Amino acid sequence: MADKNGFFDLSKTGLISKTGLTRRTALKGLAAGAGLAVAPGFVRYSQAQSSAPIKIGFQSHRTGIGAAYGRWYEKTTAAAVKAINAAGGINGRQVEVIIEDDGTDPGRGAEVVGKFATQHKTDIVFGTLFSHVVIGSAPAAGEAKIPYFVVSEGHHVASTKLNRYVFQPGITDVKSQIQSMAPWIAANAGKKVTQIFPDFAFGYDHRDYLPPALKAQGAEVIAQIAIPPTESSFTKYFPQIPPETEVIYHVMVGPAVLTFVKELGEFYGSNRPQLFGFIDSLEATDINSPGLEFLDGSHFWEGSPRYAQPDDSAAQKAYRAAVGIDDNGAAVGDPKDVSTAAHMFGCWETLYVVKKAMEDAGYKGPEDRAKLVEATEALTAFAEGPEHPQGPKTFNGKIHQCFGIQNISKVEGGKLKVVHKTKIEDGLYEAEGDYTKQAL
Amino acid sequence: MSEASPAKAYALHLGVIALLFALSFVLPEYYHGLLARIMVLAVFAMGYNMLFGYVGLLSLGHAMFFGAGLYGAGLAIIQLGWGVPLAFLVGIACGAVLALVIGLLALRTTGVAFMIVTMMFAQVFSLLILYFATWTGGDQGQVVPQPARVLNLGATSLDLTDPTVRYMSALLLFSLVLLVTLAIVRSRYGRVLVAIRENEERTKMLGYDTFSNKLMAVVVSGTICAASGAAYALLFGYVGSSFASVQYSILPLLWVLLGGAATTLGPLIGTVFMYYVIDVSSGYTSAYLLIVGIALILLVLFFPKGILGTIRQRWLGWLP
Repeated sequence: MADKNGFFDLSKTGLISKTGLTRRTALKGLAAGAGLAVAPGFVRYSQAQSSAPIKIGFQSHRTGIGAAYGRWYEKTTAAAVKAINAAGGINGRQVEVIIEDDGTDPGRGAEVVGKFATQHKTDIVFGTLFSHVVIGSAPAAGEAKIPYFVVSEGHHVASTKLNRYVFQPGITDVKSQIQSMAPWIAANAGKKVTQIFPDFAFGYDHRDYLPPALKAQGAEVIAQIAIPPTESSFTKYFPQIPPETEVIYHVMVGPAVLTFVKELGEFYGSNRPQLFGFIDSLEATDINSPGLEFLDGSHFWEGSPRYAQPDDSAAQKAYRAAVGIDDNGAAVGDPKDVSTAAHMFGCWETLYVVKKAMEDAGYKGPEDRAKLVEATEALTAFAEGPEHPQGPKTFNGKIHQCFGIQNISKVEGGKLKVVHKTKIEDGLYEAEGDYTKQAL
Repeated sequence: MSEASPAKAYALHLGVIALLFALSFVLPEYYHGLLARIMVLAVFAMGYNMLFGYVGLLSLGHAMFFGAGLYGAGLAIIQLGWGVPLAFLVGIACGAVLALVIGLLALRTTGVAFMIVTMMFAQVFSLLILYFATWTGGDQGQVVPQPARVLNLGATSLDLTDPTVRYMSALLLFSLVLLVTLAIVRSRYGRVLVAIRENEERTKMLGYDTFSNKLMAVVVSGTICAASGAAYALLFGYVGSSFASVQYSILPLLWVLLGGAATTLGPLIGTVFMYYVIDVSSGYTSAYLLIVGIALILLVLFFPKGILGTIRQRWLGWLP
């Protein structure tokens, strides 16, 4: 029925004769047209516009320093989209994910956001982890007026220094995480804390937010040791650790972490202070790697537990199965492919927040992006369940940031066992601004 | 190599500027935005080319000049609340002063030593950005607020975040630098620079103060790169330490080598080529850097003097 140009050829339907339109054929045509109008196929055609998939631009760290995270963020996103689509999609429309690699580079990140907005014409941009890429890309999102849902855990969104189009509704920010660790550290690990952190922004978050949080709990930071990012050996820094130290709080990141732990073990032997760290250092790294034995008995922050726990909820079990991680937090069928479990749940949960906000806004297309922003800002809480398997969360629409529970896990028998779950209230702080006052 | 008449040379360059102007009206939205970014970075490459192409000094530290402009302009707005014109001038001034200081020190060396010294200075610059994170934002960088990126000209105000204004601003900067570069390389001073590149000892014997001439070239080169950095901060709203990393010292070298060293239009061609290869290939595979690498190898094999350099060598000897 279609001509060579792909257009529907009425002359081949019998509705229009080759010799011209007669009264009889016109009446037949009207009847046939009425029949077509009520036929299922016609209904589908007329709804084609509103049934087009929701397009989500996934700004992925496929290459560069964030590649290990990027790969697992993609897996989690694919699993969430599959689940959302199987349950009917968003507003009855299927979800399609378009991936662009940002190379974990802020310059390329901004270009990728522009590409999503103007070439792929996606409805939103989603999924960025590394803080410098988020901050570098945020202006492009604000200028294109495209909602930008990041899964970064950085405090940059909640600082209200970005813009109204940037949200972080699926993972608690680092300021809140640190603050919520303080009560447990002071009560269980020790009152005199020495911090060892990388001498760049990720380390500075810990440097700046931990001391006041500990002070509020009657503990104190007695030394702060910043290690240059170019350092590859750490032994020379360890004599700076005061002897009265009861807890070493470490947040080293990158490949050097294995050397750091090994050298710390050699320095202290079996008589060491308590160790507390953030699992960021060891995401996608097997906790049983050679050299990490020294971590046995130490504690870590985890956003979501890497290892399956005896009291895992049904939602947590279903989430792990959907994403494809085994009880040890590695890919099913490949025990060496360790996931970034502590963070990647944020992709799953963010997509369900997007779904909820789009449904609340009656989102139809890019013309409704402002409505989507307002609908997201209007959200206040997410209950624990299949959509939020990590746990319940509150959401502050003024600072575009969610707050959830955190886990403290102990390294025991080569596994991470959750020994404490914080309360949401432990991580709440005064808002530093209000995005809703900015123009859309 | 024959030389084009001034009219022919300027006609070609004005034609390129006219083409870029016309493209503003026909390019799809995404490529419109991308070309604005490319023009700003092509200015960076032109600045690099001034030193590498015409004087033969291979620097691996030009990211510091770009970074000086980027942070000079960005921090003038973020920390001091200054307006766009002043911030832009501060960025350029930072680059010029830094280039003068680095030039005075680094030009005591030549060849590989010059390469290493410039790289070390750039590394120091990069680490200083991290060290003074309280003001610079460290490795995360900072956003230049959108409301501050408005150029007030009397009763008129130009929003630099508007795609058309941004494109035209980038084009204006690119055009100015292109014409200034052309004027320099065609001038007596430009010939002295080429003479230094070809045989510094002979140039000295002819009575030229090669150190002063080279120092001037470092300052001009650094100032142009800083102008690019300042424009980047103002037009794209982000200042970050990754732009001062060694990667951004190597990129302009690649762009210039690809387009053709010591050609006035080569930096633009090289930047466009590299950007589009990355943009298109990354849509097909995450191993796009492999494709970029293969493209570079093929170019070195078949266009050893870069695209425009080889064209000049084989067919159009008059190209400036």
